[in-house]
Amino acid sequence: MLDFIDKLPIAEIIKSLTVWITDTFSFLFDPIKNQFGDFMEWFGDKLASIPPVIVILIVAIFAFFVSGKKYGLAVFSIIGLWLIYNQGLWEELMLTFALVAISSVLSVVIGVPIGILMSKSKTAESIITPILDFMQTMPAFVYLIPAVAFFSIGMVPGIFASLIFATPPTVRLTNLGIRQVATELVEASEAFGSTGSQKLFKVELPMAKSTIMAGVNQTVMLSLSMVVIASMIGAPGLGREVLSSLQRAQVGTGFVAGIGIVILAIIIDRFTQNLNTQKGK
Amino acid sequence: MPVIKVEGLSKVFGKNTKQALKLLDEGKSKDEILKQTGSTVGVNRASFEVEAGEIFVLMGLSGSGKSTLVRLVNRLIEPTEGSVFIDGEDLARMDKQGLRKVRREKLSMVFQRFALFPHRTVLENAEFGLEVQNVDKEKRQQKATEALEMVGLGNYINQYPGQLSGGMQQRVGLARALANDPEVLLMDEAFSALDPLIRKDMQDELLDLQESMKKTILFITHDLDEALRIGDRIALMKDGSIVQIGTPEEILVNPANDYVEKFVEDVDRSKVLTAEHIMKRPETVNFEKHGPRVALERMREEGLSSIYVTDGKRNLKGYVTADDASEARKNEIRDINQILKTDVPTVSKDTSMHEIFEIIHDSPVPVAVVEDGKILGIIVRGAVIAALAGEGEVNVENA
Repeated sequence: MLDFIDKLPIAEIIKSLTVWITDTFSFLFDPIKNQFGDFMEWFGDKLASIPPVIVILIVAIFAFFVSGKKYGLAVFSIIGLWLIYNQGLWEELMLTFALVAISSVLSVVIGVPIGILMSKSKTAESIITPILDFMQTMPAFVYLIPAVAFFSIGMVPGIFASLIFATPPTVRLTNLGIRQVATELVEASEAFGSTGSQKLFKVELPMAKSTIMAGVNQTVMLSLSMVVIASMIGAPGLGREVLSSLQRAQVGTGFVAGIGIVILAIIIDRFTQNLNTQKGK
Repeated sequence: MPVIKVEGLSKVFGKNTKQALKLLDEGKSKDEILKQTGSTVGVNRASFEVEAGEIFVLMGLSGSGKSTLVRLVNRLIEPTEGSVFIDGEDLARMDKQGLRKVRREKLSMVFQRFALFPHRTVLENAEFGLEVQNVDKEKRQQKATEALEMVGLGNYINQYPGQLSGGMQQRVGLARALANDPEVLLMDEAFSALDPLIRKDMQDELLDLQESMKKTILFITHDLDEALRIGDRIALMKDGSIVQIGTPEEILVNPANDYVEKFVEDVDRSKVLTAEHIMKRPETVNFEKHGPRVALERMREEGLSSIYVTDGKRNLKGYVTADDASEARKNEIRDINQILKTDVPTVSKDTSMHEIFEIIHDSPVPVAVVEDGKILGIIVRGAVIAALAGEGEVNVENA
């Protein structure tokens, strides 16, 4: 009774759509793949070429000031980063960090303006919200397939997949933050004759900043988790260690690489959170 | 020319605005229109004019549309119908740029909950209006500092609003509104969030400032006492319509309808009515012409126990009592000066009933209302009590 028509060719449609996009936009994808790929590699190498001692010291000093002159985070950073170095995962750590940093920055650069657009227009909000829902609920692995089709393997498709997966929180919370600004404050800025952009930059964004930063924090965390998944399509770093341990059933090395990711996650999380509370007071 | 002229201004919230306006024209009530169209009438064809230098108070209970009306005046809310003229220019038909210019140069607003920007210092808040006009930093800081000094916050310019008390925050709000030297101040329940003592201070301060600034002020409040205290004229609103416009006295004394009357019923009349409203025409004798005998005769005619004595130009000299006058007649004293008493209780015509009450309590004779030495009228105890009870004859024509 339910078989009143044949199986709908959704998978085939998606497939040919992807092929079509790959062919049509290859003029766009290829330079991104090459130029951006080169840049990523250069950035990762540069990070990895800085002597670890210096990196650890810089991170510790930043941690000390960012956390309001407390020693906790600084001490944790030193011990944690040293442990990773000690386990011989330093280069992997730097590559992972490069991936996370670049995909987070891109997420924010793309996500905040979209969030602003959503907050300004009801139509935009009602169109974008379901798209965001879709992006967040679709299993992250699925994005890897078109990513490979567009950008082959390596860092670039990893970043592409991570962008799709990690951008929604920034968009959502930017929208929410701006919509939550007290009406009287918005009225005040209008009553004194602000233009739209003056209102946005002088009142709405500063008022929404802590909410937006909460979104950015989530985005960074999601990028980090995606970086591990992206190792399946050849993204280098700690994720690749985890993946190869999985494939060879090496409990020990897999665990060590996992610990490395946890340490990196904790440091990044505390950094972004502290930056937020410090300025938000 | 009035600075603000509002003509047939209406605001309907909801979808069927046209239909709702039609129903309004047919004289349907707010509730009926809500039932029929699903639209809410915020303001219903309001018209009024505010002259330069005037404090015009819009007053009504919550939901009466007063806050909507003030936002229609600077078009924070788009009017559905009608016009708002600021210096003769119709704001309701202006393009965005023109509107922005008027808002920047002519209109400033003070908000109920202060609406200060918490991420900016007091100084940065005060200079906001100038900042959006791209006035250069030095000049706008100087002007903002002047405005802050005017409201007594010169020492707090580097604090953040969160560090100040409510009263001080609203001073910042006022300074922000004054910094770009607008013609018109729109004050939306500006003092309603403050506690009563601070509120009274702020009212006094506003009146003091107004003395020197001579701004045109549209003041919104739900507090009748506040309206009566600071308003030159008051417009009473109910269900989006203006019910009555008049001076405080007119509204108190001649309420236009039951609603207004009910509203003013609870007012402490002693704060509003002054000597002028309750004084009577004085009976006097002229000491240049009349002696104790005439004085006594006149007191008997009028049934008084004392009478005021003036010169030919009605300059008050003193009073004589009936007892003294009859004593003098017995002793054949001709000169009224010999029995004249000069410890006259006097008040000016602006003295409030509150103060009169205390004076008249201790005085054996009626209180004289005096201006430049001349007697304008007298106040007897009965008039004070009647006025406090809200039923006595009150002279509006004097007001």
